[in-house]
Amino acid sequence: MDYDALRHFADSWGLVYMFGVFLAVILFLLRPGAGRRAMDAANIPLRDGATETGHD
Amino acid sequence: MAALLSGLAVDAPFRLHMGILTLVLGLATLVALRLPERVAVPAGEASYMDQPVRIGSLLTVFWGVVGFLVGVLVAAQLAFPDLNFGPWFTFSRLRPLHTSAVVFAFGGTALLTTSFYVVQRTSRARLFGGDLAWFVFWGYQLFIVMAATGYLLGITQGREYAEPEWYVDLWLTIVWVAYLILFLGTLLRRKEPHIYVANWFYLAFIVTVAMLHVVNNLAVPVSVFGSRSYSLFSGVQDALTQWWYGHNAVGFFLTAGFLGMMYYYMPKQAERPVYSYRLSIIHFWSLIFLYIWAGPHHLHYTALPDWAQTLGMVFSVMLWMPSWGGMINGLMTLRGAWDKLRTDPIIRMMVIAVAFYGMSTFEGPVMSIKSVNGLSHYTDWTIGHVHSGALGWVGMISFGAVYFMVPRLWGRERLYSLRMVNWHFWLATLGIVVYAAAMWVAGIMQGLMWREYDSQGFLVYSFAETVAAMHPYYVMRLGGGLLYLAGGLVMAFNIWMTVVGRVRTERPMPTAAVPQPAE
Repeated sequence: MDYDALRHFADSWGLVYMFGVFLAVILFLLRPGAGRRAMDAANIPLRDGATETGHD
Repeated sequence: MAALLSGLAVDAPFRLHMGILTLVLGLATLVALRLPERVAVPAGEASYMDQPVRIGSLLTVFWGVVGFLVGVLVAAQLAFPDLNFGPWFTFSRLRPLHTSAVVFAFGGTALLTTSFYVVQRTSRARLFGGDLAWFVFWGYQLFIVMAATGYLLGITQGREYAEPEWYVDLWLTIVWVAYLILFLGTLLRRKEPHIYVANWFYLAFIVTVAMLHVVNNLAVPVSVFGSRSYSLFSGVQDALTQWWYGHNAVGFFLTAGFLGMMYYYMPKQAERPVYSYRLSIIHFWSLIFLYIWAGPHHLHYTALPDWAQTLGMVFSVMLWMPSWGGMINGLMTLRGAWDKLRTDPIIRMMVIAVAFYGMSTFEGPVMSIKSVNGLSHYTDWTIGHVHSGALGWVGMISFGAVYFMVPRLWGRERLYSLRMVNWHFWLATLGIVVYAAAMWVAGIMQGLMWREYDSQGFLVYSFAETVAAMHPYYVMRLGGGLLYLAGGLVMAFNIWMTVVGRVRTERPMPTAAVPQPAE
């Protein structure tokens, strides 16, 4: 495959594929129940209150 | 081994450089031998490995002050050329020393340190691989020392932000692969089912920097005993490789990694979760998808094919959206707690960092538009833009993270002085404003003077005239840099006093007004 063919592939199917993956990520985030899970994940840093200090 | 290489060297700088390596490794061995025997930690798996984080926090502050100091020096050299002391301390050698000191020494140490801190706490797991963390940490510091001393000796491959020569690059590759193993290993042993988004950003930073570093530094050394090498690419391919690297160093080193910092330390300091976790994931993926294509905007109106220039511009403009999404997400973390801006100087620092993130990611896409770039490119506007991002975003979020971590790492009740954090905040903010404003005026003036031609089609100004016109702004820029450096020194003092366990008696910061419940 020469440079020209590769470039045309990249800016057609390559681009569509990347955009499709991106849309899939967004749709996955909007699935039912994702909001509750996201809320739970957002609290990860705040759950370690007592164990913050005193490590080697 | 290094001493042997020094003996076999084919050029003088390589001989000196290997001599320095021998000295550094020798000293490190002596220090390592004299360290007290380590006491076995009974807690084992349950506790976090914080010693590299402690040393890293101090080194971050140290490299910050060094980097700012060299910055002030090069700014002074531009305003007063008599300050060039050759051959070691000329502008041409100190300039990469300044950029590498702030980006890789200060920023890099901050990233390594905070990533160690964050990945352990959000995974609830100890760092993977025992002493691997020490290898990564000190290996990276060795890279910094070799890079910095090399610049002063005149060893450079002349690629912006990637000046170290082939043997230093090889060493960094080894360290970086170890870093990736360390980070992934820690994530794999996590006890938290979900990988917190800050770690995604850190991981993107580690993986992408590895890829950028390797491809950009593909070079053939002239001799295995010499300091010179030649790039595998030539001409415009080489230029594009360099700016693919150069811009993504900004995107993944100075942005993605520090966004990881924002997504952990801001919620922690504000004591509330990030505004929208789902927005943070969209922020992540859109940033990753778009950033990698933006590099060609550094090569507008060059031999690069036109379509590639336009591609770089379009993707840079699209970057507005994830950048501002991320900024809004960071700022809105303070929803319902805006009074903390008044009572907590550390949160104030983080908020101004995110504000500067928004500002410079707005300015950047504007400058990437070809017609704007025709005016701004090669002028000091670019320098102003870089500094509003670097001093404002990268610097301020790192300061915030260090101020957050140090009292916790040393088990202190609070920092030595919160008032001094406030002083640091204002010195630094004022410094950035003076710096950026001076460079906007200087850069736009410079660009307009360069392109001014008369009715005959002759250029109106000679290059030397534009340089003379810039002098007042160069002096102002020096003033801004001095303010920022002063802020750095205030932080260094404050952090040191906190570490030794002192608490300053001072008027407390105003406390939050507690609303009375309606009866």
